[in-house]
Order: sequence, then structure tokens, then C-alpha cells
Amino acid sequence: MTASASLATALSRTDAARRGAAATTREPVVLMDNVTRVYPGSPPVYALGGVSLRIETGEMVGIVGPSGSGKSTLLNILGTLDRADSGVVRIDGHDLSTMSDRQLSALRARRIGFVFQQFFLSPGVTALDNVADGLLYTGLPLRRRRARARTFLEHVGLADRVHHKPNELSGGQRQRVAVARALAGKPSFLLADEPTGALDSTSGAAVLKLLHELHDDGTTIVVITHDHAVAAELPRQVHILDGKIESDERTVGR
Amino acid sequence: MTSAAPAPSRLRPRDTVRLAFSGLRSRPLRAVLSALGIAVGIAAMVAVIGISASSREQVNQQLRELGTDLLTVAPGTSFSGEAAKLPEESVDMVSRIESVNTVSAVGTVSEAYVYRNEAIDEGQTNSIAVSAARLDLLGTVSGEVASGRWLDGALAEYPAVVLGASAAELLGISETDGSVSVWLGGEWFTVVGVLEPVMLAPALDMSALIGWEVAEERLGFDGSPTTIYERSDESAVEDVRALLPATVNPQDPGEVAVSRPSDTLAAQAAADDTLTALLLALGGVALLVGGISVANTMVMAVLERRSEIGLRRALGATRAHIRRQFLGESVLLAALGGVGGAGLGAVATAVFAAGRDWPFALPAWVLGGVAGATVIVGALAGAFPAARAARMPPTAALATA
Repeated sequence: MTASASLATALSRTDAARRGAAATTREPVVLMDNVTRVYPGSPPVYALGGVSLRIETGEMVGIVGPSGSGKSTLLNILGTLDRADSGVVRIDGHDLSTMSDRQLSALRARRIGFVFQQFFLSPGVTALDNVADGLLYTGLPLRRRRARARTFLEHVGLADRVHHKPNELSGGQRQRVAVARALAGKPSFLLADEPTGALDSTSGAAVLKLLHELHDDGTTIVVITHDHAVAAELPRQVHILDGKIESDERTVGR
Repeated sequence: MTSAAPAPSRLRPRDTVRLAFSGLRSRPLRAVLSALGIAVGIAAMVAVIGISASSREQVNQQLRELGTDLLTVAPGTSFSGEAAKLPEESVDMVSRIESVNTVSAVGTVSEAYVYRNEAIDEGQTNSIAVSAARLDLLGTVSGEVASGRWLDGALAEYPAVVLGASAAELLGISETDGSVSVWLGGEWFTVVGVLEPVMLAPALDMSALIGWEVAEERLGFDGSPTTIYERSDESAVEDVRALLPATVNPQDPGEVAVSRPSDTLAAQAAADDTLTALLLALGGVALLVGGISVANTMVMAVLERRSEIGLRRALGATRAHIRRQFLGESVLLAALGGVGGAGLGAVATAVFAAGRDWPFALPAWVLGGVAGATVIVGALAGAFPAARAARMPPTAALATA
């Protein structure tokens, strides 16, 4: 696969170096230990009731559960958009509970790549600039952001759509732009929330194929989904129900 | 082992400006309409300042043309409270002061009035003063003849009269070819000329001016001047001013009133400040309303763009970055209004000034003031919505989409 081969070089050396360092110290990308999250109310909602999860560098994990299972809460906590009420959450070795809002923002800017079900691309802005926006908060100058955005658009197979605006792209292409944006910051892991949820089956399959290629190149990917068919294709599936992990299975040689 | 903490999120100032621009560009009509509110306020204020500056500039220009070296000398009130008189020879004495260039005078002929004809009731004087004028008067006060001619050596001995602009209007006289006479002090005087309004000596506008000799011979004029007009070197005006009272009336210098008409005009030009302040206040109210409209636009923008805020937080924006983005948009919106308003105000000033043949004047500090005012209005209007956007938890911001 030529696309994936060139992608391996695109993922930066610094990223590779970090992965190497993590490998020697055995620090997982994600480490959750007995994490709870309770939404106050009467009665209070126990969205997460003691979740422990460990995701190693280079893994591709599906977090599967029906709506209301707590998987969205898990996504928010993994993405550092929300804080746990108790338990330990470590991303890339950083204990989130001791970090300020600014430090968490920095973590999101440089270590986590988000892919959303609704893409969240800026309308009226070209694919190139949408991807470049993924680097906006790294403080890189615009020229370098665009240069890197172009590289990543090429690697998700959209070299000929660089100057197209979201409304000129198909759903699958839009999600590829969003994936390129998530990758542009060279994150430690990709956090994809129902990445195929808004797509027809063909486009969805193409996006999933892209994610698998990225995984093959060494990218750590967490996919949150309610779709068992999507989950079945992933090498590791964590099933969540009522805020608890029900099962954690690995498919060998899918 | 913990890997090094990630470098902090950073949003370049240039990118903040870019974000503000693109935020406005995404909804151009709304941006234009809400900037319009600011523009109206700024335009009103700029136009008010511009028009009053132009009017002042007009007066200053006239003064430059007319000169500011004219002094008038008039009898003040005597110690006993009666109207004082200037000695007959005072005109000659003034002309002997060093650096005095020209001297002239008028002397009001008491008990003499001018009527359109002899049938008019004696009470209807129209408050027109009958004054004997020296022949060099017109040159000294920079007066000009509107039609007909000014008095000369020959005419001064005959019953001929030159009317001030207002006096001619009140009497209803426009013919100056010698065919029209007025009933003046019990005699017929031929109207030989009508003057243009005299800026530096407005009293002449309400006068009927006759020759010194004819006034003395036929109307019992005592020859005592009531106003002396004097021009000196510009640099010596203050010195001359100090010398004049004692020169004119050595016995009672305190009974002499010296004034500089150009000062009075300049003061009048500056005196319409009350109206200017009132109009400025109205412009300020318009600016306030414009600011409220910007605040409203920003509140709506924040509500509509919850998912964008969430996305930006996910991409690594700090609260401060979000706040800066919306504050920047608000300031930019107000600044657009400010620029538009300044342009509109300048055009209004130019049109108004051109319509009245005034010079165009708009002080530079106005532009600085506009810039300052719009930044402040924009910042105030955007402060609350921006703070609200920054406080929005990223999960809530993303969940709404």
C-alpha cells in the first residue's frame, strides 16, 4: 500500500521518538484506574462507575456500547474535555487531575487528535485551511500550517480536493478532511467519535479503511461507536454498559 | 516516568486577527448591519465636529483676509455715568502714534434720523444711525461698496448719503444712480451708494453715512467722533492698544473704550460650542445604541457557534484564546463601523462645507478619537459575550450539535 508507506514517513520523527521513549518506559498512552463520573441531580446519574482501561502505543481500540452506556462520557474524559470525579486518568503519562485548564488545552493541542461524527468543518473554508486549523493553537505560522496540512491531505487521499470547500465534498471526503486535521498535530492518539455515524456504508467503509491504514503505520487510534459491525473489524473491543466495562476482547489476526 | 509536559497552546496575535475577520466574513450581512449602528453614531459625531471646525476655519480665513490689526476706539462711560465724548482732534492725535498706518472715524449725528420720505412718522427710525464719516473710512475697515459709489471730497460737501447694507434693506433702497433720495435730518439726501456688510465694523451696516462737512454745516454735528477705526502694524497692535486711551483723551484715559473686532469675531466663532456639545451628545447616544447592537450580535454569535467553540477547545484552544477570538470580532465589528462612520461624517462635512462655500476642515485628533471610541465600544460590547464563550465547557459546546 503506497499511501500507507508514505504516511509512515509523514508521521513525524519527533512523534516516532516519543513513541520510542514511551516504549522504553512502558508508559501507556491512556491509563484509567477506577474512574467514576457522576452527573449531579436527583437521582444522580452514574455515567462511569469505576472504569479501568489501559491503551498502549500503537493499539487500535473500539469502545462499544449503546447510547446511554457512558461511552460519550468516556470519550470526553479521554479527550480531556471533562474531568473524572474520582480515580486516576493519565494521558501520555500526565495525570489529568493535577493539570490546569491551560495545561489540558496544551495536551489537546499537541497530543490528542479528535474526529467527530459531524465532522465539524468550518463552512466556506477550504479543505486545506480546515486541516491547517488543526494546528492553529500550536502557534505555528500560517505558511507552515498550510504546508503540513497539504501533506496530510495527500495522505488521506485528497490531494485533488485541497481547495474544495466542505459543501463541495462528499460526506466521506469531509470525514477524511477531519481525519487529516486530527493527524496534522501529530498526536499521541486519535480519538474518533462515531467516525462513520453520519456516512453511508460505502463512505463509512472507506473511512474505516483509512483508519486501519493509519493503525498499520503505527498510529494509536481509539474509536467510539455503537455499531457492532464497525467494532468487529477492530483488533481490540472494549464493551461498555451502564458505566462499566463489560468485556475487553482482542481479535487476533482479524 | 512522565514524559515532558506538552508545550502550552499558543495562538499568534496575527491568527487572532485572522479569526476575527473570518468570523465576520461568515455572516457578512449581519456584520454590516450591526456595524451600521456604530457607523451612524460615529458619522454624526464626526460631522458635528467637522462642520463646526469648518465654520471656525471659515471665520479664521475671513479674519486673515480682513486682518486682525484693526482697533476701534469709542467713548466709554464717564465717571459720572454719562456717555463720554471723544475730543474733536483725537483722530489726528491717533495718526501721530508711531506704527499706526491708517486712522478713520465716524461721528454719530445726534437728533438726526433717516426716513424713506418726509411722510413717514418720526418715530419709525428703524434704529438707523446717521453718522458723519471720514473719507478714508472704507479703506480702514476693509469695507466694500455693493453698488454705487463711496463718498469723495466733492460729495462730502453735498447732501449725499451712502447706506449700510442693513440700512438699505430696511429702507427698501437698491437704486444708487442718484435717482433716489431719503429724508434725512429734515433734508433730502441723494443715495449715491450702498455698502456690503462690513465684518469688522458691523455697526456701519445699520448706518446712513454722510460727509463730515455737510453734517457740520446742515445738521449741527459737533465734530466729535463716536468711533475711531485704526490700523497699525500687526506686531504693534498691543503697544498701540496701550497707548490709545491716553492719546485720545489725555484728561480722562479711563473714559475711552478700545476693542479689537477680530477678537470678538473669533470669540463668536468659538461660542457655538454649546450646540456642538449637544449634537455630540446625541452622536454619543447613537454610538451607545450601536454598541448595544454589536453586543447583541455577539451574544447571538456565541449561542450559534457553540459547536465551533467546542471544536476549538478540542483543537487545543484555551479559554483565553476563545475569549480573545470573540473580543477581537467585536472590536473589529466596531472598528469597521468606526471607519465607515468616519468616512460618512467626512463626506457629510465636505458636502455641507461645499454648499456654503466654506473651507473643509476636520481636525486630525477626531480620527484618533474615533479609533479610540470604537475600540472601547467594541471591547465593552464584546466583553460579556466573549467571557460567556470562554466559560462554556467544551463538552456542552460539542453536545449541542
